[in-house]
Amino acid sequence: MDFIDDIIIDIKQLTFSRGDRYICKNIDIRIPRGKVTAIMGPSGTGKTTLLKLIGGQLKPDAGSILLDGDDIPRLGRHELFNVREKMGMLFQSGALFTDMTVFENVAFPLRVHTQLPEDMVRDIVLMKLQAVGLRGAAELMPSELSGGMGRRVALARAIALDPALVMYDEPFTGQDPIAMGVLVNLIKTLNKALGHSSIIVSHDINETLSIADYIYIIADGGVIAHGTPEQLKQNDAEQVRQFMQGLPDGPVPFHFPASDYATELMEGR
Amino acid sequence: MQSVIANLALLGRSTINRLAAIGRSGMLLMHAVIARPEPFNSFPLLMRQLYSVGVLSMVIIMVSGLFIGMVLALQGYTILVDYGSEQAVGQMVALSLVRELAPVVTALLFAGRAGSALTAEIGLMKTTEQLSGMEMIGVDPLRRIIAPRFWAGLISLPILTMIFSAVGIWGGLLVGVDWLGIYEGSFWANMQNSVDFFDDVVNGLIKSLVFGVVVTWVAVFQGYDSVPTSEGISQATTKTVVYSSLAVLGLDFILTALMFGDL
Repeated sequence: MDFIDDIIIDIKQLTFSRGDRYICKNIDIRIPRGKVTAIMGPSGTGKTTLLKLIGGQLKPDAGSILLDGDDIPRLGRHELFNVREKMGMLFQSGALFTDMTVFENVAFPLRVHTQLPEDMVRDIVLMKLQAVGLRGAAELMPSELSGGMGRRVALARAIALDPALVMYDEPFTGQDPIAMGVLVNLIKTLNKALGHSSIIVSHDINETLSIADYIYIIADGGVIAHGTPEQLKQNDAEQVRQFMQGLPDGPVPFHFPASDYATELMEGR
Repeated sequence: MQSVIANLALLGRSTINRLAAIGRSGMLLMHAVIARPEPFNSFPLLMRQLYSVGVLSMVIIMVSGLFIGMVLALQGYTILVDYGSEQAVGQMVALSLVRELAPVVTALLFAGRAGSALTAEIGLMKTTEQLSGMEMIGVDPLRRIIAPRFWAGLISLPILTMIFSAVGIWGGLLVGVDWLGIYEGSFWANMQNSVDFFDDVVNGLIKSLVFGVVVTWVAVFQGYDSVPTSEGISQATTKTVVYSSLAVLGLDFILTALMFGDL
């Protein structure tokens, strides 16, 4: 990725394991500033874990994650909370606060981190909700929303403070085709208009390819390919082709590691 | 031989896990409690928790206090009347309540009603990633979620204990004076002569303060440290009630020995 000089996140030799299983091993990833970077890969390859490592919610076994020069795993508790003000994260589950209305959820980051007057908070919240198409749902409680709507509210909350870095964990899952199209456009527009950097974790290949400037594909605890969408489409490596074209047979196994199928079936007899 | 080693390893692992949990709970309390106070932000959060932890526990505390006071008076009367000292029922009810029963029973009921609710609420917040979401917004859940709940428990329990004692004494009065016919003047006079403000009332309140710390600490820690699954929350809620009840009873003996042991 030599053509990109301006890096917002520089991950070097990152290793993280759960028990005996390596989720990622010595990986290097560089996230360019002001671009949409996608991290793709089969389920269970640690994409969400990677976002949590960047957010400082998990500590790696080794390696560094530099965000504008701050090494996240080595920050103290207080500094970490300060750095997180620069980030927005859209959780897979939405993670809305269930005791607050939609409006209060989106207003929450504004209220805790800014001293803005109430009418300005109101305007910003309504603008963010309008962007995700849910201004009319402002007074609803999260329990009254569908999963997809909840995710859109969570997106409005993640961008409420216009953070320098927004991390999207599976933003397209569970969205209907209309919302999906709107979200794809929204992420693209937000990125251009506000100039922030985005990391999208997804396995929706078509949507992700349409908005990503740069893509990393991870599997087996490492980066198996990276490049622009065009470069990856032309990549001949079997693993990459299997993933990009959604083929069941190939070097990336569909099955979680297990003993021989026939042997296990016969064992019970 | 191998099974002995395996058992030893198991014992070692569970000891290490328990010690680590005690360490984590200490860290949680430290981060939640030792923080720069922000009265403007913290006060509304504290008031909300005082309502859900304290005010909503009042009914169960008052009803229990009333019945325990009534039972004490009835039991005391049946024994004291044999010695012709039924006038001492007031003294007996008041001393039993303020020294012992009010702090202990209130703490046990509080663990069952408010402690389990705190654990389940925080555990569910963890399961639904609300705590992680808050962290990523740059707000420390230990200060926003744990601290107000901890302080609310600490403040509520002594007040609930006082309410328990007062209602219990009233229950004793109903049974002793209105039903069994003890002369009301001697009911109150005996009580006033024998109950010392510092030795009895203040010591009882110190007990309830200690129980407040322990029960709320156990409750918020179990919620925060729970395994984020439905089974994990159910286990954490059970642990809250069991651990805090045992801790209250054990500590009650130690505190009683320290406070009244030289009598």
